[in-house]
Amino acid sequence: MQAFAFWVLAAAAAGSGAAVFVVDSMARATFSLLGSFLCVGAELLLIDLHYLGVLVMLMMIMEMLVMAVFMIMYMMNPAGLMPMSMVHNRRGALAISGTAFAALAAGAVLVPWPERRGAPPADPTRALGEAVMGPKMLVMMVIGIAILATMIATVVLATHRGRYDRPGSDARAEGGGGG
Amino acid sequence: MAESPVWAVVALPLALAALAWAAAALDAVLGAASAGGTGSGPGPGLVRACGDPLHEAVRLLTQQRRRTLMADRPLTRIGVVVLPVAATLAAVVVPLGGRAVADLPVGVVWFNTMEVAVWGALWLTGWGADSAFPLAGGYRFLAQGMAYELPHMFVLITAALGAGSLDLGEIAAAQDGLWFAVWMPVAFAVYLVSALAMAFWGPLGHPLGGDLAGGAALELSGPDRLVFLAGRYLLLTVAAAVAVPLFLGGGAGPLLPAWAWTLVKTCAVLGALVWARRRFPAVRMERFMGIAWTVLIPATLLQMLVVGVVVLD
Repeated sequence: MQAFAFWVLAAAAAGSGAAVFVVDSMARATFSLLGSFLCVGAELLLIDLHYLGVLVMLMMIMEMLVMAVFMIMYMMNPAGLMPMSMVHNRRGALAISGTAFAALAAGAVLVPWPERRGAPPADPTRALGEAVMGPKMLVMMVIGIAILATMIATVVLATHRGRYDRPGSDARAEGGGGG
Repeated sequence: MAESPVWAVVALPLALAALAWAAAALDAVLGAASAGGTGSGPGPGLVRACGDPLHEAVRLLTQQRRRTLMADRPLTRIGVVVLPVAATLAAVVVPLGGRAVADLPVGVVWFNTMEVAVWGALWLTGWGADSAFPLAGGYRFLAQGMAYELPHMFVLITAALGAGSLDLGEIAAAQDGLWFAVWMPVAFAVYLVSALAMAFWGPLGHPLGGDLAGGAALELSGPDRLVFLAGRYLLLTVAAAVAVPLFLGGGAGPLLPAWAWTLVKTCAVLGALVWARRRFPAVRMERFMGIAWTVLIPATLLQMLVVGVVVLD
């Protein structure tokens, strides 16, 4: 049952990953990629890594949505509803991706994998937390604060000037101009 | 936590749907009361308002679909359907009388993931119609995403921190005698606000705002619209249901069995959320952004610090 679910999810992940380059709109490409990541998250659930699996889903949904905003904002064809293609330099791209796939697949098949030592912890979430917050505490704290500071700085810069309070014109006092 | 019986898999969506219908009926009654001004006692208008959701559902089911030019129909469909599906999946980790349908040890994270899936659903619905107002409505939710999600996430973590577990059942069990709502009042208050935001309801209903002529749902008609609006009520219901194990002691209470207390508390929270729509005006989006970053996030972080210190003790 578990092996069956693994193969279904693996095929779905690879399939929707490939769909990214087949579909003809940026929105569809983004959500195909999201579908692929959700399948990977479900694979993690299969091996009882509940926290990591659900976290991958959570972060990937958020990430892909933010990415959808930026990809559509900066793409050469605004709105992306018109037919567009995610593929450029077809021949070169095919050669490069084919080689990369072959190298990675060969690595996975040819490398002598080590034998498993020890058993999985009773509570993988706790083990992960201890690993991250124990020996790597300093790194995590620094990264955490750096990320939070970046986010706050971005928001401060972005909301410096809202649509209702423009510099020079006291839109608030004039009133009635809201739209 | 004990395994839940198989019939619960069927009973849970039914119970959710009943609660969502009750929420819609309450909203219609409150609307009729504020519009009609019937004075004392429930008049015939109020009684009729109770049946409004059912009436509307039948009307939408029989209505012909309106189509827009060059709409991305698959994406719209996915968006519309994900809304109720995500709400229902979010509910499988809610303990009803000591047991949840799915015994997931990271229930809090799962609930939040399903809520975030709603961002995508709303954006897809707004995008797919190929129409200006729905597009703006869909983007509104994403623009506010972090301002909604960060305080929400922090209060979820605060409750989990207080119990030392991400399992909703264990969080409920940890409030033996003292509800988290009592000693984490800030977290509870912020949860209620962000629940409104996550269900784009009432004062935070900008994605479907009247200033956008209905926003993301503008071009939805017929069964699509029914599924979408039902999904929003389901979302509101689930947000209310999760507040019970998180902050209101779960099924704990005198006399009644656990499931009954869970239901009573859920109804109380749901009623308050529905009532908030008529009671509070819409908050301007950029003002909420400011409040979220300068008030809600620091307040929730301080609350988390307090809880952390108490737990360490």
